[in-house]
Amino acid sequence: MAAAATNVGNTWINIGIFGAFVAVTLVVVFRVSRQNKSAADFYAGGRTFTGTQNGTAIAGDYLSAASFLGIAGAIAVNGYDGFLYSIGFLVAWLVALLLVAELLRNTGKFTMADVLSFRLRQRPIRMAAALSTLAVVFFYLLAQMAGAGGLVALLLGITDQAGQGVVIAVVGALMILYVLVGGMKGTTWVQIIKATLLILGAGAMTIWVLALHGFNLSAVMQEAVNMSGDRGEAILEPGLQYGASALSQLDFLSLALALVLGTAGLPHVLMRFYTVPSAKEARKSVVVAIWLIGIFYLFTLVLGYGAGALVGPDAILAAPGGQNSAAPLLAFELGGEILLGIIAAVAFATILAVVAGLTITAAASFSHDIYASIIKKGQVSADGEVRVARWTVVVIGIIAILGGIFANGQNIAFLVALAFCVAASANLPTIIYSLFWKRFNTSGALWSIYGGLISTIVLIIFSPVVSGKPADPATGLSKSMISDPSIDFHFFPLDNPGIVTIPLAFVLGIVGTYLSKERSHPEKYAEMEVRSLTGAGAEKAVEH
Amino acid sequence: MSDVEASGPVETDYQRVERSAEFQSLRKAFRNFVFPMTALFLVWYLLYALLSVYAHEFMSTRVAGTVTVGLVFGLLQFVSTFVITTLYARWANNKFDARAQALREEIEGGQL
Repeated sequence: MAAAATNVGNTWINIGIFGAFVAVTLVVVFRVSRQNKSAADFYAGGRTFTGTQNGTAIAGDYLSAASFLGIAGAIAVNGYDGFLYSIGFLVAWLVALLLVAELLRNTGKFTMADVLSFRLRQRPIRMAAALSTLAVVFFYLLAQMAGAGGLVALLLGITDQAGQGVVIAVVGALMILYVLVGGMKGTTWVQIIKATLLILGAGAMTIWVLALHGFNLSAVMQEAVNMSGDRGEAILEPGLQYGASALSQLDFLSLALALVLGTAGLPHVLMRFYTVPSAKEARKSVVVAIWLIGIFYLFTLVLGYGAGALVGPDAILAAPGGQNSAAPLLAFELGGEILLGIIAAVAFATILAVVAGLTITAAASFSHDIYASIIKKGQVSADGEVRVARWTVVVIGIIAILGGIFANGQNIAFLVALAFCVAASANLPTIIYSLFWKRFNTSGALWSIYGGLISTIVLIIFSPVVSGKPADPATGLSKSMISDPSIDFHFFPLDNPGIVTIPLAFVLGIVGTYLSKERSHPEKYAEMEVRSLTGAGAEKAVEH
Repeated sequence: MSDVEASGPVETDYQRVERSAEFQSLRKAFRNFVFPMTALFLVWYLLYALLSVYAHEFMSTRVAGTVTVGLVFGLLQFVSTFVITTLYARWANNKFDARAQALREEIEGGQL
């Protein structure tokens, strides 16, 4: 089994199936792009998607390579502690469903900043919101692109850096093409197709794994225990990854907080609520997304333990791509080259689609908030704004390609956690306050956004993820991003700063509000509140 | 963004709506449903996270075969998420939408 694990699959089958995905999605993108005329078309797909379509697309956006390959791998290797991630990622959606989605849809147009600047001073708020949006998107994007390198090594058998760089560039170029041609409408269809393939593929593998064990999850887990070597029954219990010390336990709680509060502040998730015609459809989107994402995470539980049972954690860790290779290796074990090819293509499609969704969000934020509202002070035609957005797509695509090539092979797992932590610290408090707190003002928002953003980034830089983790006795290298163990400037003990920065940002919002003499605007709050709950005056779908 | 004409002491249309009994009761209904539900799932989630970290023995108790209390609680997080989602969607579709829609039509028709 170990021999099969180091050299799996048929590269040409993998490329062929991925090529078929690209061909089908390109045809769809070109077909739907004929109606891309206005800004609402480009940023919000004309607001004409149904709740079910948008919910599927949200699942497509959210189930990134990190959650498919990463969680299945974490469960295969660390058992129960890997499962904890998926619960945080899922429960987080209730925040979006109950507090954010519908109210946001009713009061905004294209971006998060639209909602925040509703009753606060436009220019400073848009600048702050755009900066934190761009920060979240940048960290998330880099994580996705850097992950592509490892995937290439595993699936296409390309191991040299230059070859992987070429593949990353191809993925980036394809993504630019999708977004330029298809706008939000094309991007949404790519997400829908990808989410469908991903969930069907994972579902088929789940049933297969269960069928091999008499449809008994306990038997799958027993087999995983038998295969897990000296880990033994520890994979059934909490603590394998996070139980080592009081600090690592605190680190887990910090991560748990960032996960559950981060989702409803992720700009690319928020932007999806504008692609439907009404708040009712936004609600339905989240309901559909919760079911799809929840069922998918249940699949990953079986897939993770299934990979532990059928492949074994030692073989997984020895494969190129390490922990991330659990799901592909399981696919090979079950269905040979063809199933591996399908899963590999789906994993690639996942990176492509998620990167496209992030890029259009960043482009909208730059063009709509910074260019049109701040630089041009609103004196710009919709055409001009969309033209800038298209150029931004190209620039961001190039940054993503270069960043992906540069970060290839780096320890980038913390980037996703960082993105969630910035979203939970810099974005969520301001969104909640501006929707629900009458007294809230511009000063409070700026304190909260900048305070959350800066404290998160500073604490990450001075945390063990960047420097100062103990050296691995086998290699002599530290597990930090700076792998030279002699360089150590960390003073913050946790990998994830959420437990400090999230409460801090909430408190700063209150402090900033009360320290300012800014007059409150009860008339604007009244308008926002009435509109957010009733939908009066909300943006309508584009008629074609 | 906003088309509020006066920002002085003159009351705007939206402020009049906000003060109306209909809107106040709509807002109260919304907050009475959404805030306790949010508190409930957050507390339940944090309890689960705390138990996983600090009640190692308890969460490792075998229920049947290789199934632990921790796994059962984890699966119950999925169940509670699905249940709250369904409850909210049903409440909003049946109890909330019609009232919000009626108010919206009054506002957009200029009757308030």
